[in-house]
Amino acid sequence: MAGLLGLCLLLWILTPHFLTVSNLLNVLEQTSINAVIAVGMTLVILSGGIDLSVGSVLALSGVVMATLLHQGWAAPLAIAAGLAAGFGFGALNGVAIAWGRLPPFIATLGMMSIARGCALLFTEGRPVSGFDPDFRSLATARLLGIPSPVLITAAVYLVARFVLSSTRFGRYIYAMGGNEEATRLSGVNVRLHKTLVYGVAGLTSAIAAVLLTARLNSAQPIAGIMYELDAIAAVVIGGTSLSGGEGGIGGTLIGALIMGVLRNGLNLLGVSSFLQQVVIGLVIVFAVLLDTALKSRKE
Amino acid sequence: MSPDSADIPVLLQMRGIRKAFPGVVALDDAQFELRRGEVHALLGENGAGKSTLMKILSGACRRDAGEILIDERAAAIDTPRDAQMLGISTIYQEFNLVPHLTAAENISLGREPMRAAGLIDRRTLIARARTLLGSLGTTIDPDAPVHTLGVAEQQMVEIAKALSLNARILIMDEPTSALTASEIDQLFAAIRRFTADGGSVIYISHRLEELARVGHRATVLRDGRYIGTRPLPSPVSELVRMMANRDISEHYPAPTRRRGAEILRVEGVSRGARLRDVSFTLHRGEVLGVAGLLGAGRTELARVIAGADVPEAGRIVLNGAPLRLRSPRDAIRAGIGLVPEDRKQQGLVLPQSVTANLSLPQLARLGRAGVVSRARERALANRWTAELRIRTPGIDTRVVTLSGGNQQKVVLGKWLAAGADVLIVDEPTRGIDVGAKMEIYTLLDRLAAGGAGILMISSDLPEVMGMSDRILVMHQGRVQTLVDARGATQEAVLHAALGLAS
Repeated sequence: MAGLLGLCLLLWILTPHFLTVSNLLNVLEQTSINAVIAVGMTLVILSGGIDLSVGSVLALSGVVMATLLHQGWAAPLAIAAGLAAGFGFGALNGVAIAWGRLPPFIATLGMMSIARGCALLFTEGRPVSGFDPDFRSLATARLLGIPSPVLITAAVYLVARFVLSSTRFGRYIYAMGGNEEATRLSGVNVRLHKTLVYGVAGLTSAIAAVLLTARLNSAQPIAGIMYELDAIAAVVIGGTSLSGGEGGIGGTLIGALIMGVLRNGLNLLGVSSFLQQVVIGLVIVFAVLLDTALKSRKE
Repeated sequence: MSPDSADIPVLLQMRGIRKAFPGVVALDDAQFELRRGEVHALLGENGAGKSTLMKILSGACRRDAGEILIDERAAAIDTPRDAQMLGISTIYQEFNLVPHLTAAENISLGREPMRAAGLIDRRTLIARARTLLGSLGTTIDPDAPVHTLGVAEQQMVEIAKALSLNARILIMDEPTSALTASEIDQLFAAIRRFTADGGSVIYISHRLEELARVGHRATVLRDGRYIGTRPLPSPVSELVRMMANRDISEHYPAPTRRRGAEILRVEGVSRGARLRDVSFTLHRGEVLGVAGLLGAGRTELARVIAGADVPEAGRIVLNGAPLRLRSPRDAIRAGIGLVPEDRKQQGLVLPQSVTANLSLPQLARLGRAGVVSRARERALANRWTAELRIRTPGIDTRVVTLSGGNQQKVVLGKWLAAGADVLIVDEPTRGIDVGAKMEIYTLLDRLAAGGAGILMISSDLPEVMGMSDRILVMHQGRVQTLVDARGATQEAVLHAALGLAS
């Protein structure tokens, strides 16, 4: 949190354009896609896993939804189908991991390729573009001046916060990530809940697909490439341990915002996009170094 | 001239060895002597200090006090490397071989013969392995990958590796536990060749009947202290008497429980080699102690009853109704709780709070529609923290910061809160200080008094004797005997645990 505020302060001093309402809303809107994907990623990492397939699942659920819209489905139905596709492909990861005992890295690496391939096959490699304004309003509408993607992202975070802090499912996620065997011996159905965790990661990817498709007025089978890395970065900068069991959704939101603010600020300062990548990489490494150092001092 | 005669020079002497771990003195004024060419057995119950003494000799563990003399000169052994330089090698029960390298590559691992160009000289590598294996009387192909070899052959490769390090002292920990009768003959032949060439062997085993075939003398440790050394063969009953009769240093609470109706019946349960045709009954208000050596099948028994492993044969009957346990969930629903042997790996979610750990098995009934009621969860945690007197700064404290005794109370609390009817406790007081032990004993008694049946697995003989109503003694996966705790002696229980006929 201090890091985020410090960063904003620095950018405020460096460039007058940073701290304007329109620019800040712009940052939030641009962060929303990564922030939503990072919610699912947070659950997965808390449970002791990793999901490399979120970008591909995003593309797949986007093209499913877009194709159905083109075939004349009502928007709510098409969106529901897209979300179901996201959840389903995510849950397949979970099945491979929980029942097939595949390491999460391998299972989701496979799914990264499978879902991408399915999206390309499904569309024959072409983007599906052009939707009616009602659907596009999901990305373009504003409520009290706040862009709807920001509102949707906020809603996703509130739900995730509630799930993690107050539901059985949330407790089991932390318990599995903290000690899977002890959790199993406590009578928790570890396989089922693991499958659900990956399903939720697919679901949040699909929500991000809705936002992206509505914004671009197009669903691309090659959308979301490398998004998994941004999502993992947001989770890790947010202080969630890659070994599972420790961390939370609030940190992820801050992590996603730090990445968004940094990109925006570097753009405003006219830093080349090549150098931006270097800076963001350094931030990821130093954020985790700092976190580890603080933790070891506490213990 | 036999190696136990006094004329043979003493190779190794350990004197006044002391080692304390937090809360427990593992060795106190322990001593050990080894002559050149001797096979010297080291005997003692689980926890008598054998392993610690050997860890000190092999440099895996530093002594607090005492001296080690080799060839009558003080030897500084502080690291495994020091021990290796002095010619001390250990053959562990779990071999330290790289499975996908060949026998020859394993034998010379890290010390490969090189040619000028920095390449491995394979011809010398293989010739060296063949010579070493041959000196042990085996015909293992040096080019065979280790994972294709049987257990006995892998053991020979380990011994050959030790020889290649010019080992003069071989420490062997239960070397025959996984071998067939003919493989044991081969091993003993290899040991005799090694000692005939002037090597010495420290032989740790619980198989007393084997010792006389290969050993020259036996030293017995008990409670970390030296009890005595006897020439072999010595009467088995005398050795058992020396190993048993540990000090009853702790006091046990006077039982308040009364034995009631049968609650659990285990009939002919088998699983693999570690659990063979086990049958017994457990009653309400009873503490049934389970004694046996490491590897006797006690933990496997616990896991089967707790649904963690599925038995291959036999059945488990609870309150007269047969159970089908396919997962811990099934067992928990039936009212069976397990306090596992390894509380950190299996009992607790260490990075989480006391509250989260206590409530984990019962989240389903602490709320509605998947939403956990914070208030009820905290009430549960407050209640059991107070009732079990768990000493913690608060119920939100992470369990990783608690002492061993308080961690164990959290694990017990999980099952008390769940209202378990049958509680299996596996080594309930291991690594716990004396005060907390007493509290846990009192707690177990209170639970039994409340009508639960308790199965208490323990390697601590005085604990089994002091806490149990009846004692089930296991040996190599079978029930060796089931005795009433009153009137039983440590000696008799140990006798049975060693698999000796009564």
